[in-house]
Amino acid sequence: MSAIPRATREASSQTDAALLRIEALNVDFGPQRVVHDLNLELRAGEKFALVGESGSGKTVTALAILRLLQGATVRGRVLFQGQDLASMPERRLRGVRGRDIAMIFQEPMSALNPLQPVGQQIAESLELHEALSRKAAWARAVVLLERMGIADSARRVQSYPHQLSGGQRQRAMIAMALACKPRLLLADEPTTALDMSVRAQILALLDELQREEGLAVMLISHDLHLVRGFAQRVGVMQQGRLVEQGATAEVFAHAQHPYTQALLGSLPQRDVEPLAPRAPIVLHAERVSVAYAQRGSWLRRRLHKVVDQVSLELRAGETLGLVGESGCGKTSLAMALLGLQPMGEGCVSLDGVELAGLDSHGWRAARRRIQVVFQDPFSSLSPRRNVEQIVAEGLNIHEPALDQAACRVRVVDTLRDMGLDASILPRFPHEFSGGQRQRIALARALVLHPSVLVLDEPTSALDISVQQQILHLLIRLQREQGLAYLFITHDMAVIGAMAHRIAVMREGKILETGEALALLHHPQQPYTRQLIQAAGVTSS
Amino acid sequence: MSTVPAALALRNDAPVLARSPARLAWTRFKSQHLGYVSLWIFGVLFGLSLLAPVLCNDKPLLVRYEGHWYMPLLHSYPETTFGGDFHTPTDYLDPLIRKHLSEDGNFALFPPVPYRYDTINYYAIQPNPAPPSAQNWLGTDDGGRDVLSRLVYGFRVSVLFALALTLSGTLLGVVMGAIQGYFAGRVDLTLQRVTEVWGAMPELYLLIIFASIFAPSFLLLLVLLSLFGWLGLSDYVRAEFLRNRQMDYVRAARALGANHWQIATRHILPNSLTPVLTFLPFRMSGAILALTSLDFLGLGVPPPTPSLGEMLAQAKGNLDAWWLSISVFITLVLTLLLLTFIGEALRTALDPRRELR
Repeated sequence: MSAIPRATREASSQTDAALLRIEALNVDFGPQRVVHDLNLELRAGEKFALVGESGSGKTVTALAILRLLQGATVRGRVLFQGQDLASMPERRLRGVRGRDIAMIFQEPMSALNPLQPVGQQIAESLELHEALSRKAAWARAVVLLERMGIADSARRVQSYPHQLSGGQRQRAMIAMALACKPRLLLADEPTTALDMSVRAQILALLDELQREEGLAVMLISHDLHLVRGFAQRVGVMQQGRLVEQGATAEVFAHAQHPYTQALLGSLPQRDVEPLAPRAPIVLHAERVSVAYAQRGSWLRRRLHKVVDQVSLELRAGETLGLVGESGCGKTSLAMALLGLQPMGEGCVSLDGVELAGLDSHGWRAARRRIQVVFQDPFSSLSPRRNVEQIVAEGLNIHEPALDQAACRVRVVDTLRDMGLDASILPRFPHEFSGGQRQRIALARALVLHPSVLVLDEPTSALDISVQQQILHLLIRLQREQGLAYLFITHDMAVIGAMAHRIAVMREGKILETGEALALLHHPQQPYTRQLIQAAGVTSS
Repeated sequence: MSTVPAALALRNDAPVLARSPARLAWTRFKSQHLGYVSLWIFGVLFGLSLLAPVLCNDKPLLVRYEGHWYMPLLHSYPETTFGGDFHTPTDYLDPLIRKHLSEDGNFALFPPVPYRYDTINYYAIQPNPAPPSAQNWLGTDDGGRDVLSRLVYGFRVSVLFALALTLSGTLLGVVMGAIQGYFAGRVDLTLQRVTEVWGAMPELYLLIIFASIFAPSFLLLLVLLSLFGWLGLSDYVRAEFLRNRQMDYVRAARALGANHWQIATRHILPNSLTPVLTFLPFRMSGAILALTSLDFLGLGVPPPTPSLGEMLAQAKGNLDAWWLSISVFITLVLTLLLLTFIGEALRTALDPRRELR
């Protein structure tokens, strides 16, 4: 590509002008190369998506375009409208940043200055780049926020970031980015931190703005569903290399590179066994409520109910999916069932044993029947204990009679069930990848042979190909050991693949419960319908 | 059953595989040359000072006198044993005794520095304080005592005091911080107020008052300084506990049914020790400095005890005796500098963001 003679290149730029052309981009952090020889072209008004797992170099590429990387050596050419950004003096580049190329980030809360009203932050770039007066800039900010679909924008410009919801903050970020009518928008995982239903709205907004303003968008994402509906072309990155690019439909239909095929194949496939008839009920919860004391004076404590009179039951070998957006109380409910969160009212029985009447000794014995796996595999394992200590802990507590050798045999057997080798026993969590850590966390929970396992977003922090492996492992374990799962997630695709029954939760209440497929295909509640649509799960 | 030997066989190659955070930190520490060398020098100096009774003593290590062996370090012999006139314990520096000991067939093996910290050189040629000479390598102080010997013993006292104070302060600080951070809520609130009140007490005045009521001693000083030494550290430990108690691995341990003690000691404490370890060398240097300044002010250990602060006070009183001020000054600076270097290396080693090179 780089060998094209100058004359032809100029000729081609006249016919279909490449807005951005990246040639032989290499990025090194010290001895480590994070982007290898990347060549990429973006036409004006094009919607391009850069897809890859975490650590594949997508974000670094985007930052390298604007030379926002610190401590890295960047080589190669980044031609924007024919000018090389890589060799441009810093002063001129500052004029390009924000005015011609704008960027939005994943976490709007940390990308916005918490001490300034959003209006001021939008107005600032207008004052800087377009030399508007303060008053004119503020007026534009109001108009912009209105365009972003923020209701009551005249009042909202005065709001500080913490006063806005996640979706509103992201809208404000987009307003900020689009304030100077850029030609190119770099959107780095703009919806990852948002709830499902808000995600769809933000994407629709981006789509609409793109069409109206004719700007080019480079969407960086790990989420294949998202990309499929949005982008015209996709590029797939793996370990710093762009392994495949092409029209979206074509890439999805006929992926050439094995890595792309693996990524596509890792969309969760439903593979659950029907529940045995008359399986015993292992967990029964009735009218469970959880309330937090709200900040108030010492005497007048107000209670804020996060879980409100929820009842559910779980049979052996069954997966109950608990779905809802962040803040709907699903995690609080699980923590209450685990006894990690004091329950306001309600009663829970486990394997037919009523938990409410138990003394602390009986409580501890009951604990082994219900275990938990958390979302973040990096914080769920103590960094200063080795694998053997981590997995054996439950045995030490509940079966103190077990000697060391017998204990080790149990630990090794459990690890083997998780697909891990006995040789990892003396190693420490920092030596493992996210997927391996999650397997270790599973081993810690399952070494006691519990009957109920609470899975709190067990795959959300994992890359999509690893996610698939963990889901397969969970299904296999359920089949072999007759485990009951309470599977908490916001990811409809995952829950569709895993659950026998689904319960949809909103504002502390269960809206509807039903057989998984029936609920996914014929949701009764409008809220459920909205969730399913937003997730883009097509019937399988 | 075949899994048993396979599982147990693991133990042999375990050290090769295990790269525990502590081991990694130690490797990082060793790669900090300045700090690592400082640790060695400090260790050797402290080891030597512990051997002070053998290195600096006015009694010979071994005596052969008229066909008999004597061990003056362990037993006290009257002067008559070696041909003296009195029944008092022998003064081995007495020229008469020395003469007897160096006669044919007799010999005495003296330590390299033949003076204890409180030995007064009655046989000095020059008036006290005497400048450095072949007899007293670093001269004598205004009481006629050997400066080198007093430095060695003084260093030993300082470091031992610092170790004890650091240990007690750290233990108290960790325990108090752990209780506040682990239980949080009301317990935390109450104890925080108590610490604030306690910290508002004037430490120096208390020391002065106590020094005038009781005879000042090593132990009294240690107890008094320990009572206040933990305040700063407990805040750090509290903050670490508050942070770590929210971590998923702690929740997982609670879900497994672990009790408070197990959670606090096995899970939270090992992950909360970074500030404690980082501060250790700096706490040591702080303690050495505290003891030195108290001694300098005359509020420290009682007079015959060798101490750097007391020597500093002497140096101030005898400015013309340059060997006093220079030797104490160099000793103090060197000690504090070594500890600072060790502390800096330790801080770098415990910083998880630093990668292993």
